[in-house]
Amino acid sequence: MIKLEHIDKTYADHHALKDVSLTFPEHETTVIIGPSGSGKSTLLRAINLLEKPEMGQLHFDDLTVDFSHPITNKLRFAIRRKSGMVFQNWNLFPHLTVLENITEGPRVVLKQSKAVANQRAAELLALVGLPDTGQRYPNQLSGGQQQRISICRALAMNPEYLLLDEPTSALDPELEAQVLRVLKDLAQNKQSMIVVTHNMEFAELVADRIVFFEAGEAIYDGPSKAFFEHPTARVQEFLNAISLK
Amino acid sequence: MLQTITSSLPELFKAGFMYTIPLALISFAIGLLLAIVTAVIKLIPKPEQPAAKLGWGILQAIFGFYVWLFRSTPLLVQLFIIFFGLPNLGIQFPAFLAAIITFSLNTGAYASETIRGAISSVPQDQWEAAYTLGMKTPQVLARIVFPQAMRIAIPPLSNSFIGLVKDTSLASSITILEMFTVSQQITAKNYQPLLMYTIVAAIYAIFCSVLTYLQHRLEKRTSKYIAKEGGMN
Repeated sequence: MIKLEHIDKTYADHHALKDVSLTFPEHETTVIIGPSGSGKSTLLRAINLLEKPEMGQLHFDDLTVDFSHPITNKLRFAIRRKSGMVFQNWNLFPHLTVLENITEGPRVVLKQSKAVANQRAAELLALVGLPDTGQRYPNQLSGGQQQRISICRALAMNPEYLLLDEPTSALDPELEAQVLRVLKDLAQNKQSMIVVTHNMEFAELVADRIVFFEAGEAIYDGPSKAFFEHPTARVQEFLNAISLK
Repeated sequence: MLQTITSSLPELFKAGFMYTIPLALISFAIGLLLAIVTAVIKLIPKPEQPAAKLGWGILQAIFGFYVWLFRSTPLLVQLFIIFFGLPNLGIQFPAFLAAIITFSLNTGAYASETIRGAISSVPQDQWEAAYTLGMKTPQVLARIVFPQAMRIAIPPLSNSFIGLVKDTSLASSITILEMFTVSQQITAKNYQPLLMYTIVAAIYAIFCSVLTYLQHRLEKRTSKYIAKEGGMN
C-alpha cells in the first residue's frame, strides 16, 4: 500500500502541493484528475522519487521516505523497484529495439537471463496487441504503439504499482482508445494503478477511486461512483467546465 | 623531382607510422577517457549528504580548473612547459612521453566540453525513464545516455582528432622525429623546401582523409536507429 502524509512541495513561486495526505489501496485503480498545474503530476512523480517534496512522508509497504531528510540511494532504488512509471511522451529508449526497451530493466536491474526476459517481453507484447514489433525501433511506430510498449516496459519489472502520468494526452482519439483498452484490461486484472488523466470517460469507466486535485490540494478523495453520481458543487463545476453538453 | 619524392617518401611514412600516428592515437585514446571522466564529474549534481557534497564539489572544481587551464593556454606553450619547464622542478619526461601527456591533457580538456554538450543534449526524460526502471547512475550513463550522446559527439570529436593529427607536428619542437621533423631534415640536405613541405602536407591530408572516411562510417553505424537524418529537404 502507498500512503502519503503531509506532503508539501514549493517551486520558486508556486506552492504545488499543500499538506497532501492520501492513501492508494492495492489492487485498485485510483484516477487523479484536476486542472492543469494543480499538482497531480508532481504528486505522482514524488511517489517514484522523481520529485522531492520539501516535507512529508511516503510509506510504501514497509519502506518509509521522510522527504525532509536526504534520501539514501539504497532506499531510492528500493522504492523505485516497487513501482513502474509510464510517461506522457512514453520516453522509450530510441537507440534500442522494442524488445531491448522491454528487456533492458529486467536484464540490467533484475539480472534476468536473455531467454527469460525475451520470453516475458513477448508475452507482454502479445498482451498489448503488438506481437510482431520486437525487432523494430521506437520511431518506426505510432505514438499509440509506443505508449503501449512503454506500458510493457514498466510491467516487465513486475511492479506492485503502475504509475501513469497523463498516458494519453499526446495521442489522437483513436490511438488513445488503443492505450486505454490496455489499461482497462490491467485494471480488471487487479493491477494496482495510479493514473493521472484528463479523460473523464476513462476515469468513470475504470477508476475504483477518484482523487480530485485543485491548487495543490486534494479536494475530493473517495469512490469513483460517488464522485460522478453525487458530485460536490466544485466537482460539478469542473465537470461542467470540461463538458460540451 | 620524381627521384626526390620517391627517395623521401619511405622516410616520411616511416616517421608517420612510428611517431605521428602513435602520438595521435595514444593521446586521443587517453584524452577521450579523460574527457568522459571530466564531463561526467562536471555533469553529475552534488549529492545531498554534506560530506559527499563537499568532496564532489572539490572534485568538480579541480576538473573545472583543468579544463580552463588547458583551453586558455597555447598547445605549444604547454608542450614547452611540460618538456623543458618541469625538469626545473625535478620532473623529467622523455620527449615522447612529454608529448603524449601534453596532447592527452589538451585533447581531454577540449573533448570534455564536446562530451558534456552531447550528454546534456540527451533529454532529461531518458534519465527519468531509466531511473524509474531501477537503474543506477553508471548504468544509465553507460547503457542509455552514452549511446545516444555518441551519435551527437562523433562529428565534433572527429574535429578534435583530425586537429590532433596535425598538431602532432608541434612535437618537432621537442626533439621528436615525427613526420614534420623528418621533412625539415630532408629539406636541410636537398634545399627543396617547397617540394618537401608540400609532400609532408599531402601525407597529413591523406591521414586526415582516412579519418574523415572512418568518421562517416561511424556516424552511419551510430545513427541506424534514426529513421531519417534531420535537416532540410
